[in-house]
Amino acid sequence: MILKTVLSGRTYQFQSVKEVLAKANEEKSGDVLAGLAAESASERIAAKEVLANLLLSDLREHPSVEYETDDITRMDQDGVNEAIYREIRGCSVGEFREWLLAYSTDENDIRRIRKGLTAEMIAGVAKIMSNLDLLYAANKMRIQTHCNTTMGIRGTFSTRLQPNHPTDDLDGITASLYEGLSYGSGDALIGLNPVSDSVASCAAVLERFAQIKEKWDIPTQCCVLAHITTQMEAIRQGAPADMIFQSIAGSQKGNEAFGFTTQTVREAQALLRRQGTGTGPNVLYFETGQGSELSSGAHFDTDQVTMEARCYAFAKQFDPFMVNTVVGFIGPEYLYDSKQVIRAGLEDHFMGKLTGLPMGCDCCYTNHMQADQNDLELLTLALASAGCTYVIGVPASDDVMLNYQSNAYQDAAAVREILGLRPIAEFEAWLEKMGIMENGRLTSRAGDASIFLETRGGIA
Amino acid sequence: MTREELTSRVTQAVMEALARRAGGADGTEAPCPRPPLPDLTDPAFKAQVLVENPNNPEGLAQMKRRTPARIAVGNAGPRLRTQTYLTLRAEHAGAQDAVFRDVSPELLKELDLVSFSTLCRDRNEHLTRPDLGRRFSPETLEDMKKRCVRSPQVQVYLSDGLSSQAVEANGADILPALMDGLHDEGLRVGPPFFVRFGRVPAMDVVSETLDAEVTCVLIGERPGLATANSMSAYISYRATVGMPESRRTVVSNIHAAGIPAVEAGAHIAQLIRTILEKQTSGVELQQ
Repeated sequence: MILKTVLSGRTYQFQSVKEVLAKANEEKSGDVLAGLAAESASERIAAKEVLANLLLSDLREHPSVEYETDDITRMDQDGVNEAIYREIRGCSVGEFREWLLAYSTDENDIRRIRKGLTAEMIAGVAKIMSNLDLLYAANKMRIQTHCNTTMGIRGTFSTRLQPNHPTDDLDGITASLYEGLSYGSGDALIGLNPVSDSVASCAAVLERFAQIKEKWDIPTQCCVLAHITTQMEAIRQGAPADMIFQSIAGSQKGNEAFGFTTQTVREAQALLRRQGTGTGPNVLYFETGQGSELSSGAHFDTDQVTMEARCYAFAKQFDPFMVNTVVGFIGPEYLYDSKQVIRAGLEDHFMGKLTGLPMGCDCCYTNHMQADQNDLELLTLALASAGCTYVIGVPASDDVMLNYQSNAYQDAAAVREILGLRPIAEFEAWLEKMGIMENGRLTSRAGDASIFLETRGGIA
Repeated sequence: MTREELTSRVTQAVMEALARRAGGADGTEAPCPRPPLPDLTDPAFKAQVLVENPNNPEGLAQMKRRTPARIAVGNAGPRLRTQTYLTLRAEHAGAQDAVFRDVSPELLKELDLVSFSTLCRDRNEHLTRPDLGRRFSPETLEDMKKRCVRSPQVQVYLSDGLSSQAVEANGADILPALMDGLHDEGLRVGPPFFVRFGRVPAMDVVSETLDAEVTCVLIGERPGLATANSMSAYISYRATVGMPESRRTVVSNIHAAGIPAVEAGAHIAQLIRTILEKQTSGVELQQ
């Protein structure tokens, strides 16, 4: 293992694999904040060069968080298929990059090799890829999952309809939901971020979603993104939930800071098997985002790209229906501007797919970042072109509860038209039945939420 | 249209416009004063239903009233209509301006506030280094000790946080209301000051430096699109560096459309009295 290189006559010596991984990252304000970033542009490239020459076995043998103290490391290491790992262990990270990009490597090849990978290998190769490399390689991979409908089939591009409301008012939520449906949003999920984390409120929204889904016979899945324990209690009390959601981190300590353990997620899965309304087998939904471990002091001096890859190693243990990075939500202290957010979005999507996850992206930004809607739209189009499973839809891009901006309900329709993509087939058939979509395009009836009022005259 | 035709049309239009502005080429036509375009961010303007020929116009209007979300906005193909798009851009611009501007020296003068800075050197460092936004240099702390009262019962200060505009919008109302309330309670209150490039935990350093029993910071919150004027008060009993966040009592959503600043000032004064009586703050206070 060589941790030293010479660049333009200057010698760069690194102390550890962890330091190489961190310094090889493209610039991120969160790595600077953590004191882990390369000190110069040249040092960054020197680290990439050293990383490209490390072997995949070097990365496996140096997990970022110790095996003894962290259950994500244990699950990731113990889950490796040793036979496949033996085939690739002598491969350098640079060779692995070229293998992923090679014409001769197809989706099936990647599906097989995936079983020999750990989070650090996946993060490692992402760090020596350009933005277009990340898109090109990710485009080879599609991950299909099934809850009530099948998501992730090549040629589809889905959306989570996010009808948030600042006081969880049921009729206000319903109004936003109908608006979204009228634009063809919601084939991946109808999912609300609640203000209140009470069991009663979570159950009330789940009930409303189930009524709407039944009344209009909508082929999709519903979920309320309260804390995992809140959702579980609501389900135990009889609330109808297709899926359970949780925000996850890349270390056991990070997950504990989120208020749950691996055991909690297993219990949630078992509960849904008995009492969930979704068909499955995939019934979990996870969100991630670079920087969350640092914000809870659970990053173990590891850079935020590697910690993000470890989130995916955790997620894959549970065969989730959907996973997305909330890429620009965390703020400028972790991702400073649109350049860093776009890079992170492409990295996260690639790493999630290489891990084998149905990876989507909440393409978003907050108002104290140097980013705007133009940047977000480009990220969305780039990701969709590379097979990103789904994005988020909110009314006219403004989430009035979370106070950030994401994709507008309209965006997916425009992206689908430009790239020739479609919603999930059952959902598209439903949109056609409702007169909202025709031959893959929105109709003149689209965008009128009041079409859902015709039978009753009132909101619900 | 050929290039020549285009040039000729543009020239004609410009000449006509110049003639109108000059009051007519022959001096007979008076300039016609036109009202400005409507304010894109005006709530009444934003409340319009922009869907053309909806299935149920009354029902749609009713739905729109049930949520502040931007629904019933119509569309131009699969994109937003011009008005919706420009309103969004206007409000995002307002939010960005609120973050990246400074509190004006005039306001600090008007409120008679001394200003101290955290370790951040500029706005970008303030945004990217929350660790520096909670610390002061030894010189600043010495200066703070000299210019403030030691061991007050209550120390109040204003800070920009993530919205200088929130300080501009609420500072002149909330601070006098709060100070009057505290004086009416007969409490020993240190003179308020201003902290530039401040994050909430800077209050812990202030508390330790001045040996304050209760410390209260009035600080600008991260702006949303709906308002960039929102301020919060964080109050703690015997705040210490590194203490759990759960020891802070928070009053949030202070702005014209939330809790108005004067009302908030009076409310916070009451809250501080309770905190002094119970000698605790945050989660423990609620129990």
